[in-house]
Amino acid sequence: MKRRDFIQKTAAGSALVLGGLSLSSFTDTPENAKRITILHTNDTHSHIDPLAADDPKNPNMGGAARRATLVEAIRRENPNTLLLDAGDIFQGTPYFNYYGGELEFRVMSMMKYDLATLGNHDFDNGVNGFYKQLPHAKFDFVSANYDFKNSILDGIIKPYKIFTVDGIKIGIFGLGIQLEGLVDPKLYKEVLYNDPIGIAQDMSRILKEDEHCDLVLCLSHLGFAYDNEDKVSDLALASATKNIDLIIGGHTHTFLSKPYIAKNLDGNDVLVNQVGCYGINLGQIDFYFEKGKKTAQGRTINVG
Amino acid sequence: MAKYMFVLFLMLSGIISCGPKNFYNSEIDGKKIPVSNEYTADTEIEDFIAPYRDHINNDLDSTLAWAPVTFDKSKGKWQTNIGNLMADVTFEKADKIFYMREKKHVDVCLLNHGGIRATIPQGKVTTRTAYEIMPFENSLIIMALKGEQIHDIATYMAIGKKPHPVAGMEIVLDNNNSVKEVTVKGKPVDNNKIYYVATSDYLSNGGDNMMFFKKATAQYDMDYKLRNLYIDYFKETDTLPVNNTERIIIQ
Repeated sequence: MKRRDFIQKTAAGSALVLGGLSLSSFTDTPENAKRITILHTNDTHSHIDPLAADDPKNPNMGGAARRATLVEAIRRENPNTLLLDAGDIFQGTPYFNYYGGELEFRVMSMMKYDLATLGNHDFDNGVNGFYKQLPHAKFDFVSANYDFKNSILDGIIKPYKIFTVDGIKIGIFGLGIQLEGLVDPKLYKEVLYNDPIGIAQDMSRILKEDEHCDLVLCLSHLGFAYDNEDKVSDLALASATKNIDLIIGGHTHTFLSKPYIAKNLDGNDVLVNQVGCYGINLGQIDFYFEKGKKTAQGRTINVG
Repeated sequence: MAKYMFVLFLMLSGIISCGPKNFYNSEIDGKKIPVSNEYTADTEIEDFIAPYRDHINNDLDSTLAWAPVTFDKSKGKWQTNIGNLMADVTFEKADKIFYMREKKHVDVCLLNHGGIRATIPQGKVTTRTAYEIMPFENSLIIMALKGEQIHDIATYMAIGKKPHPVAGMEIVLDNNNSVKEVTVKGKPVDNNKIYYVATSDYLSNGGDNMMFFKKATAQYDMDYKLRNLYIDYFKETDTLPVNNTERIIIQ
């Protein structure tokens, strides 16, 4: 046993005997606190290389090899980390036109991405073009509202995936945007789109109540918010559902300065985040866990 | 007795607090990390990408054709040399494929000025040039329009006053920008005849307010990206032709 761990254990033990049952004395020790780090990107759009030095908006930002260094540094600090993407991995640079997404998937696999969902541009070479590149992805895709039953992706893309990280159960489901009017029907073919809200209500119930997940995350390519309130967005999703802890969004290329705190159907906080596009930013959400029962005052959220 | 109770209590609380499900989420921290050059590139990934990048750059920058002048969309009120080039090239290629597949000829080609995204500088023309002038994934489509809609095109041009690339038709305007005469392949437009207009799928769906395409009686998807059409043309061409023929004529 490491000396530091031993001292902490001894201290915790004494606190129990001497001070009775003060749970606060348990915090911040390895046995009594856990930390799960969620890293995420969206709309990387084949931007393997950093943006050009003369880019008018984000000169010399991004780049997959730099992102890999950053992700690795965070993983060294906390091995209990998941790396996720919210779709539109394809299309945007000649890398996609020349290699059809092979390089994007292979580089993401080298970075050890854990999970992604599909954006509308991931259909740009058709559902078959996406399928063809899947052997290069050592990570899974999830989508709960796209029905792949009659497509080549049937059985390959699941609605959700559960990770158990340091004993914490994390359920992640995916949501995709309406394809009709956005993607040529000859590209998405037999893939059917279902209402994301209803599906998300089912998913969050299944993951929370049936699967007993400690955290429920949604990887969404719906878009952050729209002027037309009838259009389903991440903010509309947040307010119409419960038991979702974090919605990781994409599609609208929204550069949030910090994660957005929305209210869910129960009036509880739900985090919504999106980090722009082209790999310019990486989102980081840390979930801290303590031993004991959830307190009445709920959890503290610090953003920015 | 009290002592045993206390021991039992300790044991119970020990069991409860050590149970695997006894962790709760007490705090969340969220932030955005800009991926700047303060992070050095991971060498393993950089080395992996390099051959792909080199191949693309070699391919993109190899010379396909020669531009004798700079083709620039900002020079010209009713037509530009780059617009004429793109419309003529698209017309020629579309006509070949359309005849091969449908045994029909293209009558008109209409693109949009906003869709030309770069100049073609004097000098070598490469695949990169095609990516720059046509970064979108738009593809070639042939729309069957009645003569009435050909007149609508002329009105659209007269009102919009933009040098949209056009080939196959001539529009004569008077000094007040009213349409005087419209001809297709040199002949006056017959309102009952069907004309085949080559354009992009974007415009065919009413993009840039080209609503006349919505009245098409049929459409033929050529399944050919416009960028690839230009790349193919550059490959088979030595020197790009400079055609300044007026398609919109003021009388």
